[in-house]
Amino acid sequence: MIVADRKSIHEILDMVKDCSNILVVGCKGCVTVCNVGGLKEVQILAATLKIARKKEGRPLHVDETLLERQCDPEYIAMIQDRVNDYDAVISMACGVGPQFLSEAYPDQRFYPAVNTTFFGGAVAHGIWEERCAGCGTCIIHHFDGLCPIARCSKSLMNGPCGGSDHGKCEIAKNVDCIWDKIVRKKMELGRLNDLLQVFPAKNWQTARDGGLRRSRREELIQHG
Amino acid sequence: MTEPFEPTLIAFCCKYCAYAAADLAGSMRLNYPSNVKITQVPCTGRVDIIHLLKAFEDGADGVYVAGCMEGDCHFVSGNLKAKKRVAYVQKTLEEIGIEPDRIDMFNLSSAMGPRFAEIAIQMTERIRKLGPTPLASSSQTCPTQEGMP
Amino acid sequence: MDDLKSGSNLEKVLKAGHFALTGECGPPKGANVEHLREKFLHLKGVVDAVNVTDNQTAVVRLSSWAASAIMVQEGVEPNFQMVCRDRNRLAMQSDILGVYAMGVRNMLCLSGDHQKFGNHPQAKNVYDIDSMQLISLAKTMRDEGKFFNGEPIDVPPKLFIGAASNPFAEPYEFRVYRLAKKIAAGADFIQTQCIYNMERFREFIRQANDMGLTEKCYILAGVTPMKSVGMANYMAKQVPGMDVPESLIKRLKGVEKTKVAEEGIRFCLEQIEEFKTMKGVAGVHLMAIEWEHRVPEIAERAGLLPRPVVN
Repeated sequence: MIVADRKSIHEILDMVKDCSNILVVGCKGCVTVCNVGGLKEVQILAATLKIARKKEGRPLHVDETLLERQCDPEYIAMIQDRVNDYDAVISMACGVGPQFLSEAYPDQRFYPAVNTTFFGGAVAHGIWEERCAGCGTCIIHHFDGLCPIARCSKSLMNGPCGGSDHGKCEIAKNVDCIWDKIVRKKMELGRLNDLLQVFPAKNWQTARDGGLRRSRREELIQHG
Repeated sequence: MTEPFEPTLIAFCCKYCAYAAADLAGSMRLNYPSNVKITQVPCTGRVDIIHLLKAFEDGADGVYVAGCMEGDCHFVSGNLKAKKRVAYVQKTLEEIGIEPDRIDMFNLSSAMGPRFAEIAIQMTERIRKLGPTPLASSSQTCPTQEGMP
Repeated sequence: MDDLKSGSNLEKVLKAGHFALTGECGPPKGANVEHLREKFLHLKGVVDAVNVTDNQTAVVRLSSWAASAIMVQEGVEPNFQMVCRDRNRLAMQSDILGVYAMGVRNMLCLSGDHQKFGNHPQAKNVYDIDSMQLISLAKTMRDEGKFFNGEPIDVPPKLFIGAASNPFAEPYEFRVYRLAKKIAAGADFIQTQCIYNMERFREFIRQANDMGLTEKCYILAGVTPMKSVGMANYMAKQVPGMDVPESLIKRLKGVEKTKVAEEGIRFCLEQIEEFKTMKGVAGVHLMAIEWEHRVPEIAERAGLLPRPVVN
């Protein structure tokens, strides 16, 4: 899922420094799964902001709510009756949330409480790791389910680069060298020859490099 | 004439150890300050970050969580979860300029009546020295969660 | 005799069967052309080609193509390096045409250290294509006269294409296969990472010989003289993919502090002597980093001077 990390309390306080009445909106989607923007985290953020502002002697009124998702207009619509009652609204959803909210409610100010980072999954309780770079042309089947685009620091298609140290990437001791894993897996499977071909250069047009991307399901689109 | 500051502390005590120790302290007629308002929980693992923050929000000068000895938690590792949550709140308080020492975690067994009293005395002293909560609302108006044993 | 691919001095020397010697020069951290000239003029007539590094370790320096062009003007043959970290395929093709137009005839295709190592870690990562694909690209431009997209090039760049090889990187078992891949992609010559463990290298070159790789490509063995025990320890512990045997460190420790550099050079000379007759090794790449002024002496003592002149 989409993983994010909460912004520092200072950054968030700064965003709402001229507000006296705000709403914090959480999301039951990805940010709940990675424990950064669900119900609990909304409550914690609200309490923390209130405590900090009370201490400053400038109390802040904070309301809390949770949407099923912030990436579907039907759910965004659910706060239409109250959204303009506040000086500002903080969204704890991924980068999509505050944007959808801003589009739906152009008269209100929406602030992102989290920094959206990557597509990943839980590798241990409380730890999420990047697995996918959204390149738009998935090739992991060539590498036995290991993605060199997302997991190689240099996105090499013909690695390894030779800078790894005991299976760890040259950039950090706690980052695995995915090419080390790929080669070893191929060796185990007796398929090292798979790696002898020169994999051709990637077409980055389907990735972010090609510009804004769109996904269409013709069978679902309502016309007329 | 201004009255000397009397801190209000909220203590989340687990039923199996800390609260039992509090009971024992009571039977042993040990004195400890009435500043400490005890709240019984089935396990300190039940205490979440929001409970700790709310205590401060509502005006507590100090907060502590008292659970079983590490390794002896009645529910295996509830006290370890609580320890991490207390640490999280300490970090949060520090980030917003409030003394992280206002919150702490203690471990004791149900037989440790005197230790319970000692913790209550020490924590009350610590908070008295730190002074009233920096929040504008008066610490005297903090609602008690439960009566003393 | 087949036509030369690029006509570079390095290519001619190797093709004629001579034992080649290449050196290295890192451009300055500024537009200090005088300092650059001073550095590479030590190597004039001493080596067959001089590697020019490209923002090595992701630290910004005078560009490799500019330094190479300056070298050509001074009558020194550059081995122009290009890393994949900083340029996309457009800039790469453009620069390849540019350096060729400026008289450069050798090119080394590298991945490049991640920018995290350098002095601009906040920079955006390029890595549009990798070193393997860059080798293919340079070959396509030269031999087919075509751009990456298949369009014809009016005057194709004819470069002698090189790549790096690290016989000691992990996973060790794969390194000779990766070498094979680079050669299949179009590498004409290879320069290895500096070697200290001769035993392991002998094994590596034996495998390369067995696979017929050394007949298709010229391999230059990398050599860097140890200046001090500190340097030996640093290379042994802090540089990934570097194999420094305990016996070498012991040897350096066994002499007086003032004599360590000389002992390091002696080891280096012994290596060169062995490489001269080692099957599959076509030359030596001497990387005396920040010690360029000692290269003429080392070359002399190794019996590699004067350098052959091939027409």
